[in-house]
Amino acid sequence: MPFAWMLSTSLKKSGAVFQFPPQWIPDPVVWGNYVTAMKVMDFPVLLKNTVLVTSLSMVGAMATSALAAYSFARLRFPGRDLIFIVVLATMMLPGWVTLIPVYIIFRNLRMINTLWPLIIPSFFGGGAFNIFLLRQFFMTLPYELDDAARIDGCSNFRTFWNILLPLCKPALGAIAVFQFVAHWNDFFGPLVYLHSAEKMTLAVGLYRFKGPFSVEWNYLMAATVMVAIAPIVVYFLAQRYFIEGVVMSGMKA
Amino acid sequence: MSASSREKLDGYLFILPWILGFLFFTIGPMIASFYFSFTDYSLLEPSKWVGLDNYRKLFSADDKFGISLSVTFRYSLASVPLGMVLALTVAMLLNQRVPGMRFYRTAFYLPSLLGGVALTLIWMWIFSPAYGLLNTFLKMIGLEGPLWFQSQVWALPGLIIMSLWGVGGRMIIFLAGLQNIPGHLYEAAEMDGAGAMRRFWHVTVPMLTPTIFFNLVMGIIGSLQTFAQAFIATQGGPNNATLFYGLYLYQNAFQYFEMGYASALAWILFAIILALTLVVIRSSPMWVFYEGTLRK
Repeated sequence: MPFAWMLSTSLKKSGAVFQFPPQWIPDPVVWGNYVTAMKVMDFPVLLKNTVLVTSLSMVGAMATSALAAYSFARLRFPGRDLIFIVVLATMMLPGWVTLIPVYIIFRNLRMINTLWPLIIPSFFGGGAFNIFLLRQFFMTLPYELDDAARIDGCSNFRTFWNILLPLCKPALGAIAVFQFVAHWNDFFGPLVYLHSAEKMTLAVGLYRFKGPFSVEWNYLMAATVMVAIAPIVVYFLAQRYFIEGVVMSGMKA
Repeated sequence: MSASSREKLDGYLFILPWILGFLFFTIGPMIASFYFSFTDYSLLEPSKWVGLDNYRKLFSADDKFGISLSVTFRYSLASVPLGMVLALTVAMLLNQRVPGMRFYRTAFYLPSLLGGVALTLIWMWIFSPAYGLLNTFLKMIGLEGPLWFQSQVWALPGLIIMSLWGVGGRMIIFLAGLQNIPGHLYEAAEMDGAGAMRRFWHVTVPMLTPTIFFNLVMGIIGSLQTFAQAFIATQGGPNNATLFYGLYLYQNAFQYFEMGYASALAWILFAIILALTLVVIRSSPMWVFYEGTLRK
C-alpha cells in the first residue's frame, strides 16, 4: 500500500496532495512532476555516478568473492578452515570501528570527494556474506566435475571459471541483487566521502532534495519513485535465480 | 610443480584479494582506531596522546553518550524480536504451495529493496502528522494520531514501526531455512498424531534454530548500528529522543571532527556487540539444534 500511495502522490497536483479524504487516483495526472524533480535533482549526473559506483562494485565483489569462495570450498591448503572462520568473524565487526582509519587512508590518498572510496573496497574480497553464500553453493556441486576437469588438464582457475562458476548462476544472481541494492541505496558512504553536488549519488541526492522540497510531497515522491525503480527492475531480472540461489545455498551456519 | 603444491599456491592466490582487504580495511584500521581512541585527533593536527581521557569523559562527563545508548538499546529490544516474529510468520505463509506464490514472495521482499533513503521518505510522508496516510486513517476511525517524528514520545516507536518494513531480507533467509526442512519429518509427526501447533513447536522451530540463530545475531548487530533512518527522518531529535549511537558517533567524527573521541565511541560499541554476540553464541548449544550433531 505505501507503494501505491507513493505512486499516486507522485502524480498529483501540489494542491491535491493534502486533500481530505485522500484521493487515490490522481486527477489530473501530472507527469510533469517527474520532469521538475529530474531537473531540480540534477538527475542525469547523479544517475551516472550511481551507475558507475554500483556496476564497478558489483564486478569487483562478485569476482573476488567467487574466487575466494571456490578456494575455500574446493581447494586444500594449510590454514584454510582457520582463515574461513576469520572471514565469518568479520561479519560481526561493526563498520564503525574501521570507519575513521579507512577515512584517513582515503584522505591521505587524496580520494575524498571522488567515487573511489565507494568502489575500491569491493575489489578486496567482496564481503564476508557473499563469500559465505557462494562457498555453501560450491559445496553442493558434485566433486566428480573437478576430477574430470583435472584429468582433462584444466588448471584450477579454468575449472573454476569454465566448469563450476556457470553452475553457480543462482547464487551469483542472488549476490548480484544484494550487491546492486546495497550500493544503489548506500547512504552512509557517499555522505561521508563525497561533498560536491556533481559527485553525489542518487541516495544522498534524494536526501538533499528533501531539503528544499520537504512540503512538496508530489515532487519528492516523484524523485523517490525514480530512485527506487532500478533495484526493483534488477530484482525482477534476477528473480528467476534469486530465491533459488539463497535456498539452494542452504543458509545453514 | 606437483598438483598438491599447485593447489596450495592457487588456494592462497584466490583468497589474496580478501587477505589484502583484511589487512588494509579491517585489521590495520582496527589497530589504528584503537590507538586513536587514546588520542585527541582533529584531522588537522597530528594526534595527541591523552591516555584514558576519552573513555573517562564518556562515562562521567557526557550525557549524550548515555542517552544514545539508551535510545539504541530500546530500539533494538523492540525491533529485533518484533522483526524476527514478523519475518518468520511471513516466511511460513510464503512457504505454502499455492498458485501465485512467486508474486506474493516478490511483494513481501520488495520493500527491502528500497533501502534507507527512499523507504524513509515514504514513511515520513505516511507519518506526516497533518496529512499523512496513517493519521488520516486514524482520524477516520475517530482517533487523534500523534505527531510521530515531531513528538518526543512517538519518534522512536515510529522508527521501530518503520524498521519492520525492512524484514524482507530476514524473511528470505527464514524461507531458505524452511525449505531445507525435510518433508518426511512433518509426515512422521502427522502420523504420530501431532496437530499444527505441535508440528510447529516440535519440528519447525528445532529444525530452524540455526537460521533463527543467524538472524538473531545479524539482527542485533545491525540494529545496534542503525544510522540512516534516524539521520534522515529525525536528525536525532526531537530533544535527542532518537539520538542513536551511530548518529552520535557520526556527529563526533564528521561534524565536530573529534576523531579520537569518536574512535573511543566505536570501541565501546564494538565491546557491546562482542559481548552480546558471545552471550548468544555461548547460549546456543542449549537451544540451537544442528542436524549433523545427531548423525555424528
